[in-house]
Amino acid sequence: MLAYAVNRILLMIPTLIGVAVLVFFMLRIMPGDVVELKLKADGAAVTQETLDLERERLGLDKPLLAQFGDWMAGVATFNYGQSMWTGRPVAYEIGIRLELSLQVAVMATVIAILIAIPLGTISALYQNTWIDYVVRILAIAGLAVPSFWLGMLMMLGLLIFFNWLPPITFTHFYENPLENLSQLIWPALAVGYRYSAVATRMTRSTLLEVMREDYIRTARAKGVFERLVVARHAMRNALLPVVTVIGLEFAFLIGGLVVTEQVFNLNGIGKLFVEATTRGDYTMTQALVMLVAFFFILVNFTVDLLYAALDPRIRYR
Amino acid sequence: MATVVQPASLPPRRSAAAMFALMQPLGTAGLLVILVMAVAAAFAPWVAPYDPLTVDYGAMLAAPSLEHWFGTDAFGRDVLSRIIYGARTALAIGFISSLFGCTTGAGIGTASAYFGGKIDLVIQRFVDILLSFPIIVLALVVVTVLGKWQMLGIDMNLIGAIAIPIVPKVARVVRSSALAIRTMPYVDAARAAGYSHTRIIFRHMVPNIMAPFLIMFTAFIAQAILLEASLSFLGLGVTEPTPAWGLMLSGNAADFYREAPWMILFPGIAISLAVFAFNLFGDSLRDWFDPKFKV
Repeated sequence: MLAYAVNRILLMIPTLIGVAVLVFFMLRIMPGDVVELKLKADGAAVTQETLDLERERLGLDKPLLAQFGDWMAGVATFNYGQSMWTGRPVAYEIGIRLELSLQVAVMATVIAILIAIPLGTISALYQNTWIDYVVRILAIAGLAVPSFWLGMLMMLGLLIFFNWLPPITFTHFYENPLENLSQLIWPALAVGYRYSAVATRMTRSTLLEVMREDYIRTARAKGVFERLVVARHAMRNALLPVVTVIGLEFAFLIGGLVVTEQVFNLNGIGKLFVEATTRGDYTMTQALVMLVAFFFILVNFTVDLLYAALDPRIRYR
Repeated sequence: MATVVQPASLPPRRSAAAMFALMQPLGTAGLLVILVMAVAAAFAPWVAPYDPLTVDYGAMLAAPSLEHWFGTDAFGRDVLSRIIYGARTALAIGFISSLFGCTTGAGIGTASAYFGGKIDLVIQRFVDILLSFPIIVLALVVVTVLGKWQMLGIDMNLIGAIAIPIVPKVARVVRSSALAIRTMPYVDAARAAGYSHTRIIFRHMVPNIMAPFLIMFTAFIAQAILLEASLSFLGLGVTEPTPAWGLMLSGNAADFYREAPWMILFPGIAISLAVFAFNLFGDSLRDWFDPKFKV
């Protein structure tokens, strides 16, 4: 088990290096750079000299390979430099926004689990009845409705029925939990619905599969109450793939927030990402992509370990 | 063998399409919605009551009425007409980028499984890297990197940005199906007969991965439509004045929440309905192809 974990950690490194290389060169293909976007923003006449000076300051005048070397060295030492747009350290800019996005992500996950596991179970136990059809249609609809649109509808509903809109400024949870939740519960619901749809479908299909297993028949033959058969024998095995899906979706949630944060005007990682890419802020975009990729790989790794821990049949050599 | 089955008691032979309609009612409903949308999109100039680009300041933000069924937007443009023309954008981009992404992914996946060894290892590591980007993040980076490149009125780079995130996902799935096929005796036979790699891949392996390919192709059209809507919403996809559903939700639509809720209501329904229909159809297609589900 330990050897497996170490091996997996070592395998993460080449993937992360790959991400770092890919994102660096992808961004450099982009025509026009941050300097032009920043200084010529208002159509101001800027001399070539000023542009060159700014490029030199940001290190954009160096040869590509030298820039690449700097970037890789930064990655290795966890020093991501300054934002090319604001001039503040990338780590600082991300740090002040990460809390908000993470909180929304965690809340959305809780909402998704609370919805998905009961609904998926009921749907599987009453397969091909009207309950099953309603749940399945709800789940497929959850995959179809764009979460940013759902967010807009929520705001519209709040405005029409309560003549109230969620607060715009972020309050820390430990400062004023009510204020904090009244702002963040809506994006969490909007994203959580889609998230729950994925998990509901997974719960349903794995539970259906497990319920056909021999040991379920054995348990029933022994005269175990149906409730216990489902809760003890079936659920334990059915939940494994559900855990995987929840884990993987959690990693993607940070990405999913990109659009939803715009709707709710939340100053989180997603909004920062859109701003960074459209402004040509290389350092910021690179750092954010690395962060998201790292997060994704880490979650993947955790899910795999959890899998091995939960299922004695899966023991890696 | 005493009883002889009466021919009359046999179920009548039905075509595959009729069987599908009978056994997958939800999927058939999805397919019908898709067909209606496709027809409306193809014949948009005849179906739409107004021109989607005509600005009518006399009818700004008009509520839904007999004249304008879905109301008008901040420029007095007819929302229904823009949704019908928007179907062109959504379906064209969804279809082309899914086809492009799935075909490339399938090609890479099959080749990776067929050649195996070092080639497989390198390709799979590359796929791993691409898979560690959330779809929208990858699309966002690609779309800003590529900029705009119009061809036949369609932004080809937008299609690329939507197709690229699809490639690794399809490659991964197709590879695993292709790995199973590679060990089949007929592939060995083809090799023994001295056929070229290309011939074996395209004539012997590709036809056998058509089922997962078709399923993914439909499912990713839904994803592509959703992604296009998200990118357009962010202002990075289709640009004004082209009618596109995601675009209709962005910009001043957001400023007129209270005065003109129809501006955000109907385009959102259009996106959801299209994605819903493709998902339903894709799901049914999977059940249909999967022998486990056949009675």
